[in-house]
Amino acid sequence: MLSRVADSIYWLNRYVERAETVARFVDVNLNLLLDTPVTGFTEQWEPVMMTTGDKALFQERYDEASAQNVLQFLTFDKEYPNSILSCVKSARENARAVRETISSEMWKQVNTFYLWVQEAAQAETTEEHLYSFYPEVKMASHLFAGVMDATMAHNEGWHFGHLGRLLERADKTARILDVKYYILLPAVTDVGTPLDDLQWIALLKSASAYEMYRKRQRRVTPRSIAQFLLLDPEFPRSIQFSLLQAERSLHHITGTTLGSWSHDSERTLGRLRSELEYTTMDEVFELGLHEFLDKLQTQLNTVGEHIYEDFMAVPLAS
Amino acid sequence: MPCLDGYDPGDFFDELFMATGTPRPAAAELVKRIESLSIEELQRRQQAAQNMLFKLGVTFNVYSDNQGTERIFPFDVIPRFVPYQEWELLERGLKQRIEALNCFIHDIYNDQKILNDKVIPREMIESATGFLEPCMGLQPPQNIWCHITGTDLIKDRDGSWYVLEDNLRCPSGVSYVLENRRVMKSSFPRFFDALDIQPVDDYASQLLDTLLNLAPSNLSDPCVVVLTPGIHNSAYFEHSFLAQQMGAQLVEGRDLVVADGYLQMRTTKGLRRVDVIYRRIDDDFIDPMAFRADSMLGVSGLMEVYRQGRVAIANAPGTGVADDKMIYAYVPQMIRYYLDEEQLLPNVPTYLCEDDKQREYVLAHLDELVVKATDASGGYGMLMGMHATEPERAAFAEKIKAKPRNYIAQPTLSLSRVPTLIDGQFEGCHVDLRPFILNGQDIYVNPGGLTRVALRRGSLVVNSSQGGGSKDTWVVKESSC
Repeated sequence: MLSRVADSIYWLNRYVERAETVARFVDVNLNLLLDTPVTGFTEQWEPVMMTTGDKALFQERYDEASAQNVLQFLTFDKEYPNSILSCVKSARENARAVRETISSEMWKQVNTFYLWVQEAAQAETTEEHLYSFYPEVKMASHLFAGVMDATMAHNEGWHFGHLGRLLERADKTARILDVKYYILLPAVTDVGTPLDDLQWIALLKSASAYEMYRKRQRRVTPRSIAQFLLLDPEFPRSIQFSLLQAERSLHHITGTTLGSWSHDSERTLGRLRSELEYTTMDEVFELGLHEFLDKLQTQLNTVGEHIYEDFMAVPLAS
Repeated sequence: MPCLDGYDPGDFFDELFMATGTPRPAAAELVKRIESLSIEELQRRQQAAQNMLFKLGVTFNVYSDNQGTERIFPFDVIPRFVPYQEWELLERGLKQRIEALNCFIHDIYNDQKILNDKVIPREMIESATGFLEPCMGLQPPQNIWCHITGTDLIKDRDGSWYVLEDNLRCPSGVSYVLENRRVMKSSFPRFFDALDIQPVDDYASQLLDTLLNLAPSNLSDPCVVVLTPGIHNSAYFEHSFLAQQMGAQLVEGRDLVVADGYLQMRTTKGLRRVDVIYRRIDDDFIDPMAFRADSMLGVSGLMEVYRQGRVAIANAPGTGVADDKMIYAYVPQMIRYYLDEEQLLPNVPTYLCEDDKQREYVLAHLDELVVKATDASGGYGMLMGMHATEPERAAFAEKIKAKPRNYIAQPTLSLSRVPTLIDGQFEGCHVDLRPFILNGQDIYVNPGGLTRVALRRGSLVVNSSQGGGSKDTWVVKESSC
């Protein structure tokens, strides 16, 4: 398939997934704030900013991390390329460029999604509206994934889309875990308090992981939460699961059998996935969770670069 | 009261009525069907049809402000009716015209017999902006230059057909023909049961055949692509639609590259050879090395590959020369010269401003003529003398005197009308017709075409940018029973 088309389907999916993740961050924090004591938590939007990795951009454009500013920035800011509005717009632009390749149902879903977010951006937002808006963004993203799954042939283009979505997800789950871990790392006096528990539960919920985690681990401890989000092979938002799926799609694209490689993207993704597979939590904590996640994100970026070089940036002469 | 009872065809040729209450005999069956529905019901179906077009995404772009706004081309549910006998005449006339035009284009880029025989003045060709020097000596596959044509036809007050423009470059609109038909079938299934309406749906297959016909015969699976300027082009929907319907790749200039002497596209598996391009970008832009150096839309070196016969291009570069409105005036001579036949489908009478006598006449009658720039199309650069003010006409007269070669003039035509639903009642609205013709192994005329309709009362302007809409065109065979 055309490199440009592959690139567009890949980014279409990454942007939809990214919009969903931003909605997750915000939604969980909104709910968390309802449960925390009234005083002393004005700064609770800082962690959300940290999670996005774009704190510097925010500070350039806004004075303080007030709820209103942060919400505007993350949700409707046209100038900020990772706001929900910008992500959905980019997703739609990419979809429009490959309308003849994707299914018309996919186009319709992403188009409807965009028109709806744009309308919300122009409307007066009430607080109650906010509480329903973010879950609906998540749902629109799930709908898109479901429609793509059920209406597009699972061909090369589909696998590029799937690959994009799962790499994006792995990256964002790493970020959630990293920043929350830092921010929520309990002060000695807070350990085991109900507030501490609430915050960890919020972290799980932002990855839609709370219920599935309970079924598997029961007790809420930082270590087992990190383990669940990093290494669980069955939970669809864990990094391990995302990488396994991404790798399968990549091999569908190249036709190389799993366990071997013909492209650098396969080599780097395969290595990352198997490293993770044979990692224990002891090793993670020995290195330090933050350091571990930092390295993982760098490796994910490398995989992304190799995908671009292997498939999108075809050199002039063969 | 039947909904068309009080409809007044006025002092025009009406496609459905001879006079108030008197349908044309051939259209009587259709009129009866329409009248079996109430005006409310028709409006309801009209609304449903428009919604369906929007959902199908049959849109054109108004993309300047980057708000992602696409609009549908307004659609009217009352079909444009063409009796089959009349259609047969159009079909023969169009085939004759395309054949002669193709001979002409091939001739002027090769032997130039028609110029040497002084049937057409040489200066006229050489001064035409559409004449491309780099195309001299080209021999496209099977000597076909104009593969896809969308000829604009109109019917005058007396009911006779005229050719208004040939549109040999990249005519658009065929996606509306196909999608309008799809919508009409679901809006009025019973009509299709009762009337023998010629189907238009095989256009995409015919187009693919026409394109495959150009590929070298030794290739088992030639690669056909549609070349688009990109998503910001106003006809992007059509490019994407045709690619999808043919199962061809939709490519942009940046997807293509000339390598190892062939045209190739950048795919995820490396470079892949392209054999046939259906290009939807203008001549000037297809190769910055041969034509406009600032073109970002084309492919560097494409013309050389083409010259070597290693890729086919539809329509062939250089074809636009015959869109020049002064050259248009010579089509009757071409038909006589190449085919030794008389023209079946007449031109609109045309005055050449280059000719001293004709120019004098034009300047003296500016208030009743339509003056057009010879190298423009789509309603640009023209003067509607009747509707212009005195200063406007004076200013235009200066332009004509300064560059007579750039202008021609035609009488103001009285386009035929069709009843059209406007604000809950029927109005007679002016229409034109653009049938689509494919020139492959045979010449194929898609039975129907895009009927554009001027939706503003009394307006003669059918362009989508100026309040125009469209109708489905029904070529109807009289039932044998």
